[in-house]
Amino acid sequence: MGLAKRIIPCLDVTNGRVVKGVNFIELRDAGNPVEIARRYDEQGADELTFLDITASSDDRDLILHIIEEVASQVFIPLTVGGGVRKVEDVRRLLNAGADKVSINTSAVLNPQLVADASGHYGAQCIVVAIDAKQVETQDNTPRWEVFTHGGRKETGIEVITWAKKMQHLGAGEILLTSMDRDGTRNGFDLALTKAVSDAVDIPVIASGGVGNLDHLVDGILKGHADAVLAASIFHYGEFTIQQAKQRMAEHGIEVRL
Amino acid sequence: MTDIAIVDYGMGNLRSVHKALEHVAPGISVAVTSDPSVVDKARRVVVPGQGAMPNCMYELKTRGLQDAVVQATRSKPFLGICIGLQMLFEESEEGHVKGLGILPGKVVHFDAKAMTTPEGLKLKVPHMGWNQVYQAIGHPLWEGIPKDARFYFVHSYYVDTPNTTVIAAQSNYPFPFTCAVAKDNIFAVQFHPEKSHIAGLTLLRNFAKWTPCI
Repeated sequence: MGLAKRIIPCLDVTNGRVVKGVNFIELRDAGNPVEIARRYDEQGADELTFLDITASSDDRDLILHIIEEVASQVFIPLTVGGGVRKVEDVRRLLNAGADKVSINTSAVLNPQLVADASGHYGAQCIVVAIDAKQVETQDNTPRWEVFTHGGRKETGIEVITWAKKMQHLGAGEILLTSMDRDGTRNGFDLALTKAVSDAVDIPVIASGGVGNLDHLVDGILKGHADAVLAASIFHYGEFTIQQAKQRMAEHGIEVRL
Repeated sequence: MTDIAIVDYGMGNLRSVHKALEHVAPGISVAVTSDPSVVDKARRVVVPGQGAMPNCMYELKTRGLQDAVVQATRSKPFLGICIGLQMLFEESEEGHVKGLGILPGKVVHFDAKAMTTPEGLKLKVPHMGWNQVYQAIGHPLWEGIPKDARFYFVHSYYVDTPNTTVIAAQSNYPFPFTCAVAKDNIFAVQFHPEKSHIAGLTLLRNFAKWTPCI
């Protein structure tokens, strides 16, 4: 037996609360982040990801306090992202108790940030988050481009090339979100996931679109993802992490039970 | 007096190790310290570490902590985690840096050519996530932990030692590699017990009460 595929619940946090949006827009309250983190820890989550979606930079310190509180009670890896612009931001999050820091928009605006943060703190703690959207092409070959600013801004950058570049600059992992699927509950964009996962040597976390447990199975078996991330199917008590792992195990996927 | 000193040489997040030890051993004094005299006086010493080994060795030396760490490996219960394991060996392929040379062997990178599953799928590096740790020996630090429990790993290098008697556990990725070593008062692991939920907390609890013959 070897390395288990990971299930990672994702907590989008704003103003100290966990929320969940549809296609990155409408937000719905899902509860207190510390309580939710403890619940997922008890259910056997392999890691937790917190995305700070606070709009105003004035309120950024709130996430540090939340991470400090979670890190003193929950002993599994914690990834934190949202609003990371400088190496100093990475340092503050790591000191608060994050094990990995996720960089998204700033990686596009300043790719050197990924190299600097990785050079200083090690690739193991640098996750590059990619928000990908399929674009129309003349010959109908699939093409996805990188979007930033929570999915609002197009960059024209092709996703697979970008993922390879991020690996080269020192990313230790890719968090790949399909903007087309996020919040739809129609399942991962498997073609996108497979294309990126097969193209890079670092682990890829599939994200965006999970509506049932079979979608998680597909993300691993068809999307070749190393980990699967989901939010709403867990937040509202529809499924537990344990149920998700059992379903994956039934399909022959190695999980930590 | 400090019961457990966690050696802080400026490499990464020590809060998790600190919080986890406080969690499993309430009432004992745990200090994160960069002061060699605190390390010297502590009853037990933990050396964590993440990032690149050359940076770790450099920081350990320039901060004047190397002698205190070497002394601890000879005199008291010692727990090395991740780079804290790797630095015990003679040298590392990472930056071709010398280690402390306390145990024979070297630190090597996962061989890119070997990184495929039997089904032909690519295995990613870093080796990141929960893997099974197969205990090779009985040891007080394994007490209460299933012989194949999963622990959380994140690393691209591992230790390769010719002295198989120090191997305390192995994992597979895809071939077997040493993920824990034990010798006298030294116990060191490649995985992160502070991030490994119940199995990891059990190991830390065991360490907090371990009294090896020295």
